[in-house]
Amino acid sequence: MLHGLTTDQRDNLLAFARFTDEHLLPHANTWDHQERLDDSIIAELAAAHRLVPTLPVEAGGTGMDAVTYGLLSEELGRGCGSVRNLVAVQGMVAHAILRWGSKTLADRWAPAIGTGSVIGSFALTEPEVGSDARNGTTTARRVLDGYEITGRKKWISFAQRAGVFLVFARLDDDPAAFIVERDSPGLSVSPINGLLGLRASELGEVHLDSVVVPESNLLSHGRLTFDLVATSSLDYGRYSTAYGSVGLAQGCLDASLEYARNRVQFDVPLAEHQLVQQALTEMVTSVEAARLLCRQAGQMRASSHRDAIRQTLIAKYFASRAGFEVAASAVQIHGANGVSADYPVQRYLRDAKIQEIIEGTSQIQQVQIADLTLART
Amino acid sequence: MGADSKARIREFVLDNIPETELADDDDIFERGLVRSMFVMQLVVFVEQEFGVQITGDDLRFDHFRSVDRVDELVARKLASV
Repeated sequence: MLHGLTTDQRDNLLAFARFTDEHLLPHANTWDHQERLDDSIIAELAAAHRLVPTLPVEAGGTGMDAVTYGLLSEELGRGCGSVRNLVAVQGMVAHAILRWGSKTLADRWAPAIGTGSVIGSFALTEPEVGSDARNGTTTARRVLDGYEITGRKKWISFAQRAGVFLVFARLDDDPAAFIVERDSPGLSVSPINGLLGLRASELGEVHLDSVVVPESNLLSHGRLTFDLVATSSLDYGRYSTAYGSVGLAQGCLDASLEYARNRVQFDVPLAEHQLVQQALTEMVTSVEAARLLCRQAGQMRASSHRDAIRQTLIAKYFASRAGFEVAASAVQIHGANGVSADYPVQRYLRDAKIQEIIEGTSQIQQVQIADLTLART
Repeated sequence: MGADSKARIREFVLDNIPETELADDDDIFERGLVRSMFVMQLVVFVEQEFGVQITGDDLRFDHFRSVDRVDELVARKLASV
């Protein structure tokens, strides 16, 4: 786990692991049950400059490099998938505004999100448009005061808590992205409850009923709004999800090893039963392989390697699938206890399925990875 | 900018499309040669290769249509540094 890391990266990883052990694992099942994160954990992340650590210092981050951000994502994923998701989404929104927005928008919103004074939401998907996000039906039109936006956005992480939304819409039949504040007249949020996993991600459906935003809140307009702004954000989130899946799988492995050592059946610990050993071997191999793919993607991202995007897709595809398989094995090893709220593995299993859907389903990624690989000469 | 920079851009584009020849003024999008992630890949390449940063002011599709256009964008970015 520590092999191949620099001294600083090792120190950071150990600090991240302590944070997870002390601040996430004791509460993750409760947050899952109450379908909401405690305000205090968000405040703690903000105080530690870990909401968007990859931002520059002046924007509330620490200028964290891609490899270290991956290590953080893994540890957050080991502790609580929704906290990992929160940090990913804040990064997606803050970086999009900082990089593609005007100086006024960047100065106003990137530090606010980076320091946790406002929570951002990435409003791309719609009730009828998921994988085909390019063809959303939310529309914007020019009005005297700026732009008027009408439509619905669904499955939006932390919409219940967000103070600002990055909303994708069509303007003059081209994609556009807008900054929309929570208190804008005509904007409302319906909570989405009872989800299978990532239940503490406070999802919502965002209703935009003739919401007017000033002209200066137009972040981007034109084909590149999707091909660059949205795709770059999703790429950032995908890297976090990949590493988060490794953390989830490691959490399952840790729980299963402990259970197998201590649970006695037929007068011996489970760990002495060969079929349990077989399951543990499959699990540990998957965790290690997924981590190596994430490390490779992280190193490529850190050096802006030209193949970093494809490697991130590969890492996310493999790690999210491995996470689900490892979580399923963890529940099986735990038997009836595995489906109990007293153990973490049932939450991991439910969260693992979500990782195979967000930031590109496994099926979409099967197409993307093949496409990018076939195009290479 | 120049023959060298164009050659580097052309090599990258050819490495990522299912073609072996490309004129510098060919519209790679009009010819349907690229997938949805290509622009993002191209931006990562341009930034790493030429040490420039693509920002919101550069978010015009025309800048990325051909080897010539990308080269012009890089030249403008380098001149403004």
